[in-house]
Amino acid sequence: MSIQSKLVGAASGLVLALATNVAQAEVLFWSTQAKPVEEAQAMREQVLSGFEGGVDYQPNDGGPWLTRLQAELQAGSGTIGVLGALHGDFSAMNPDDLVDLDDLGIASASDTFNELAKLGTDSLQYIPWMQASYIMAANKEALQYLPEGADINALTYDQLIAWAANVHEATGEPKFGFPAGPKGLKHRFFQGYLYPSYTNGVVRTFASDDAVTAWEKFRELWTHTNPASTNFSFMQEQLLSGDAWIVFDHTSRLAQAFNERPDDFVAFPAPAGPTGRGFMPVLAGVAIPRTAPDMAASKALVAYMMKPETQIATLRATNFFPVVAVDLPDDLPPAVKAAGDAVAKMSGSADANPGLLPAGLGDKGGDFNRVYTDAFERIVLAGQDIRTVLDDQKGALEAIMQETGAPCWAPDAPSDGPCPVE
Amino acid sequence: MNARVLPYVLILPVTAFLCLFFLYPFVLVAKQAFSTGDGFTLDNFRQVVGYWKFPISLQNTLLLAAAVVPVQLALALLMATMVNKMQRGRDLVLYVWTIPLGISDLAAGIIWLAIFEQSGFLNSMLSGLGVVDRPVNFLSYQHPGVVFLAIALAEIWRATAIMLVILVAGIGLIPKEYYEAAEVFGASPWKRFTRITLPLLRPSLQTALVLRVILAFEVFAVVLALGGTLFPVLMSETYAYQFDLLDSGAAAAMALIILAISIGFTLIILRALRVPKGATI
Repeated sequence: MSIQSKLVGAASGLVLALATNVAQAEVLFWSTQAKPVEEAQAMREQVLSGFEGGVDYQPNDGGPWLTRLQAELQAGSGTIGVLGALHGDFSAMNPDDLVDLDDLGIASASDTFNELAKLGTDSLQYIPWMQASYIMAANKEALQYLPEGADINALTYDQLIAWAANVHEATGEPKFGFPAGPKGLKHRFFQGYLYPSYTNGVVRTFASDDAVTAWEKFRELWTHTNPASTNFSFMQEQLLSGDAWIVFDHTSRLAQAFNERPDDFVAFPAPAGPTGRGFMPVLAGVAIPRTAPDMAASKALVAYMMKPETQIATLRATNFFPVVAVDLPDDLPPAVKAAGDAVAKMSGSADANPGLLPAGLGDKGGDFNRVYTDAFERIVLAGQDIRTVLDDQKGALEAIMQETGAPCWAPDAPSDGPCPVE
Repeated sequence: MNARVLPYVLILPVTAFLCLFFLYPFVLVAKQAFSTGDGFTLDNFRQVVGYWKFPISLQNTLLLAAAVVPVQLALALLMATMVNKMQRGRDLVLYVWTIPLGISDLAAGIIWLAIFEQSGFLNSMLSGLGVVDRPVNFLSYQHPGVVFLAIALAEIWRATAIMLVILVAGIGLIPKEYYEAAEVFGASPWKRFTRITLPLLRPSLQTALVLRVILAFEVFAVVLALGGTLFPVLMSETYAYQFDLLDSGAAAAMALIILAISIGFTLIILRALRVPKGATI
């Protein structure tokens, strides 16, 4: 090793040591949200830079996120100051591991969200941070094939299938896109959209005759779906590449398409079925683990995240909407406008049938999702008999409900005790 | 230092390292697999084996290993013999052939995805040649055979080099005298290969096969990149238990099942390719 390279090595070591020192003084924001590089950078530069004392924003995949958190909780001491994650991530945790946040005196504008954030206890375990939903989006090229008399803002599932069929026939290619990839959010479509729209339930009606109809309809739609959908996880990519013209996905997973080519795409509400226009929110929250090194700084950061200015900055950075009352400025990015309009039309429609996020499932949230994705893989991909599959999967669902004792949530009718699978 | 003690002192650091970072975590995993909170139980194993995807993922893993490992063995033998015969440029060829070793398996999967996907290189080439009118989607649930083939190809491309390196070293150890003697007696090149190279290569073959077969049962990233959820294998199910379902007990049980299969095959290979006692090169 030459003297020069030794010097360089020593200097970089010094810089590293200094950097870690600085990082220790900052609050570590350990998040599963705003993961893509651009979003993470926007969080750091536009959202968190205004926080006094500084924030070290570190987004990560769900697995590593949980692994480090649990290691710190088990060790009884940690460096994570604030957690940012989805409702489902928090509900899988033991509420005792999260600090009660009632004394902050802040909450979201939605009582439903605040109730969810208590995780079944009497006090807020996390503060609702931002929200989103799932919507439909289409390439404007596809609009000419809309079936006659169909209003894009009030589609039914039958019209959607007819539309996808028209496009398929006209272009010779199946152009409906569905996020059925490994990281795709397909389970939310079944839980929050297909089932509520056809059966007015999610758990109770899992194996009902209406559910059989729902799956038959979905199978029909699938014949006009790009078969590569089993590799699609972020539908903005296929919208931009033209592999799919009509798609369903999470608003922030469509944002890039609208921001890059705002004039080429339209966003519209999810379709309606015989029992209304089912849809479901996405809720992310911020929480503090009991092992946070500097409790006061963590609480200050949580409070900072809930300020209206921060909420608007977060909206620009992540395409997740505020959960507190704010006046939205006019110069929002195209994706935010498009998604905001579609969600407003969806929730304001006469036949709206809003569902809630699964609650009370604890760490069985993943198993619950698997019941629906397994049903999809067996019915749609493997072509097994719908009735047989549903009766078979029903056992798994019943076991989860019995084990967790989770009561029914909307749109299922309320239950005393665990939600029954009828 | 006392010559009798010295060897033990020398292996002490490695032993300590293995105990700390392999044996100890292994004991923890085993404990997790055999308990659900209240004492010893086989529930975790019952759960993972009873799941409808388990037979499919087991079958997929075994099939993939059965398809990939023999091809890799044949290729690695061929390449090692070729390298050994080369007078010039031997090092360069070896470097080029071992490049895939330096690439992470996920990156390798993504490279092959770029070839096979709908807007990938293969499709551009085929439509450029006029073979297909519009891009064909090879990696879809409608073509499970193609998905399997793509994964097998990617695995062969990626992991043949590890066998090659071991075999090249092994062939280099075989004394030239045997070949010269065989030539004197008029043995054909093929005869020399089957009668001298293969038998004397046994220890290397053993190592190469054991390593490769164990890796084949742990195949994960390439499958995930190319097959997504279309091609479940044992490791992807383990991952799903740990990170999607947050069920460490079931994941630990899956890990132990993979370990048991690996140990089983290792024993078979060791037995089949054992070097008779006292035999040396």
